[in-house]
Amino acid sequence: MQIQTVHDPEARITEILERCFTLSRQTSIPSPEELPQGFRGTIGHFPVYFPEEIAYAAGLLPVNVLGGGNRLEMRMADARMGSFVCSICRSTTELALNGTLSTLEGFVTHPICDAAKHLAGIWSRNLPDQMSQILYLPQNVNSRGATRYIRDEYWRLRADLEKRIGEPISDDAIRAAIRVYNENRRLLRELYQIRRDTPWKLDLVECYLLIRARSRMPCAEHNILLKEAIGAIAERRRAAQDKPRVVFLGGFCEQPPLEMLETIEDSCFVVDDDLLIGLRWLTEDVAEIGDPLWALAVAYVERSAASPVQHDANKTKEGYLMAMLKESKADAAILTAAKFCEPGLDEQLAWSKHLDPLGIPYLVLEFEEKMTSFEQMAMQVETFAESLLFALA
Amino acid sequence: MTIAMSQATPADHPAGDADSFDPRAEGQRLIKDWYASLETANERGAPVANIFVMGNAIEILRAFDFELVFPEINSLQTGVRKTSEEYIRLSEDYGMSPDVCSYVKADVGLMLKKGEHPAGRIPRASLAVASNMCNTFVKWAEIWERWLKIPAFVLDLPGQRAAGWEVRPGDPQHMADSRWIEAQYRDLIDKCEAVTGRKLDLDRLAEVEERTNTMVRHWNNVMELNRHCPAPYNAMLDGLTFIGIMNVYRGAPEGVEYMRRLEEHLRAKVARGEGRVSDERFRLLFSGTPCYVSMRRLVELFEAWGGVFAYSDYLTFAAGGLDATDILYDTARPIESLAEVTALAAHRGLSHQFFAHERLAQQIKDYSADGVVFHGIKSCRFVSSGMADTREFITRRLDIPTLYIESDLIDPRYWSDAQIKNRVDAFFEALQQRGGPKRKHPHQGIGRPE
Repeated sequence: MQIQTVHDPEARITEILERCFTLSRQTSIPSPEELPQGFRGTIGHFPVYFPEEIAYAAGLLPVNVLGGGNRLEMRMADARMGSFVCSICRSTTELALNGTLSTLEGFVTHPICDAAKHLAGIWSRNLPDQMSQILYLPQNVNSRGATRYIRDEYWRLRADLEKRIGEPISDDAIRAAIRVYNENRRLLRELYQIRRDTPWKLDLVECYLLIRARSRMPCAEHNILLKEAIGAIAERRRAAQDKPRVVFLGGFCEQPPLEMLETIEDSCFVVDDDLLIGLRWLTEDVAEIGDPLWALAVAYVERSAASPVQHDANKTKEGYLMAMLKESKADAAILTAAKFCEPGLDEQLAWSKHLDPLGIPYLVLEFEEKMTSFEQMAMQVETFAESLLFALA
Repeated sequence: MTIAMSQATPADHPAGDADSFDPRAEGQRLIKDWYASLETANERGAPVANIFVMGNAIEILRAFDFELVFPEINSLQTGVRKTSEEYIRLSEDYGMSPDVCSYVKADVGLMLKKGEHPAGRIPRASLAVASNMCNTFVKWAEIWERWLKIPAFVLDLPGQRAAGWEVRPGDPQHMADSRWIEAQYRDLIDKCEAVTGRKLDLDRLAEVEERTNTMVRHWNNVMELNRHCPAPYNAMLDGLTFIGIMNVYRGAPEGVEYMRRLEEHLRAKVARGEGRVSDERFRLLFSGTPCYVSMRRLVELFEAWGGVFAYSDYLTFAAGGLDATDILYDTARPIESLAEVTALAAHRGLSHQFFAHERLAQQIKDYSADGVVFHGIKSCRFVSSGMADTREFITRRLDIPTLYIESDLIDPRYWSDAQIKNRVDAFFEALQQRGGPKRKHPHQGIGRPE
């Protein structure tokens, strides 16, 4: 990647963010001619988590398929999915049917919800030449045998990818990928630390765009971009504003429109969130020695994030919400759920019922990736923020 | 691996009271007895487990003498008894979204009513077991964790990974998945021992498994008998009673006896050439879940045209998928074998739903179906999310007539009688225009003559 050296940090960050913004609007994937050097194809994966390191080691660019946003015209998917299915599953189906994702080598979905699992079937019926499958990540990571099972499942995935590319994927190649991703994990942690310590230096939308860029570029290139951005952010001269500190939840799968995030940060500092949590699922470094698949499996079981779509007795939903509030020193929570997202809607209620007796303020919002009107939401957020400021004064 | 093949022959069954057996009345009696037993469970100090119909561990729980509560069946019973709306509204008033499963909402309504159910008082559970086969199960179990303060054990069952996925007993993938399930079963056994204060009796587990084996042999024959024309029962009406017993009494002596008599009864009907519909004209498959508030009405709309549901995938996935396996429990290795059968059932009978076109294509042949009826519901994204696309595949690629209707499992607000009747009538008119059924007169035997 070529990033010109500009001395004004604001100009440097603007330049980087413009590139990220363009990528975020991009539902298409690189054609074989546009592939970055060293890559032979692309593999699509649905939220939440996918072990990108394995695909990366195969020379397959991992592309996180994050739906169609609010500018995709739905022509075919409405007739192929019930009216009660969430927007991201419907728009992903549209992208499959309208040819946008036709050059993927494969598409991997996960047992995060029932609608997501159906995407593998839809793929197999409509894009039979692609390697479509469900990566069965477990909903029980607390049982003995979980690490071995996940390692076996990664082994199966690796074998399927090897069959697809026609050559073996070596342990060394996966370890090399783990090193690249470990650096990415460190940079992402740094980014979130900035949000917690000095939220006025890095807006929610800026942070989101920086992370989302990884869904369309090789991780090594993303590392360069992040380093450049973090350097520029550190030099920024921005004054703190009088805004309440909140955490944002509900962005683990379907992505809220950028305009919605902007609406929220107009009135609040969002000091932590679960947006794109799958891209930062492993919270610490993965071992760079030994069996790389085992190392990835161990990290999944022992050092990973949380979301409403994973059951883990050691990470209750209320527990991680409270930890997020505490560690980010937030005053309140914005509890969102995508329309028709059953796990999200169930969790939204559970969270609100948990916060009620604790007297922690929260705002409940429902969104769809395809929504285009934000006036009413802006009024809700503004009123919420004002009430927080009065209470905190 | 020693396996027992799941085939039973008519010679297994002594001649008996086939004609006097009324499957519906006997089924209702058994369900009533079950609820009566539940009502006193807490007073008796019996351990109680909340479980689901897909991916449970009934054999283990029964070996510990748990009383089994099926919240799905509780919820559907509120629909059958026309009281579901009250429970659903209660949960919506509490804050639940209109867009989530109505079974869950009815169950939350039930908890808000302190277990007061039209069939009797539902006891408080001391353990919950959920599987990942339907993700809503997991969220539902998390609700119990919060409300009832009980441990929820999530049984993770790896399913069919991709289209064309064939897993045979004993192959490496099957064994890898079985190993994972066995590890979880051993953890569950530890939990059961902690809750009940008793050690697992392996002989007792084997005994329960042997009963399940017998039930499954009969169940498979019951399903197969409906390949005869005319079909002796309607899969989406009579079949709903049968599946209730298959679930509630799995591994219990009463369940064995019911299934034995049921098979005998249906075999006698087939021998007499007696069908569920007096003039069977169209044989149909039903894909999806019932609409329990209006199921009798829905079936009427089809039977008025001489249409009978010869098979429904509901009878497979909602009975634990055991008919989709070709092995039975090896009672000499009760825990290992339980894991092996569960893995195969998950691959073939439960997660199959995500690649439904493969299974339906075969079942259309097996049951000589003239068409497929899809019932999509907001309450069950497990069966409904890929349904419209599957329908497109069946219609366009296989040239099989299909009908898609939408309502709900138990929420009467989603039932639109006039609209559904119009669609059903239009479907049959289209079938007539295609030349009607391939054969106009009932034929005694499997399938139809060419």
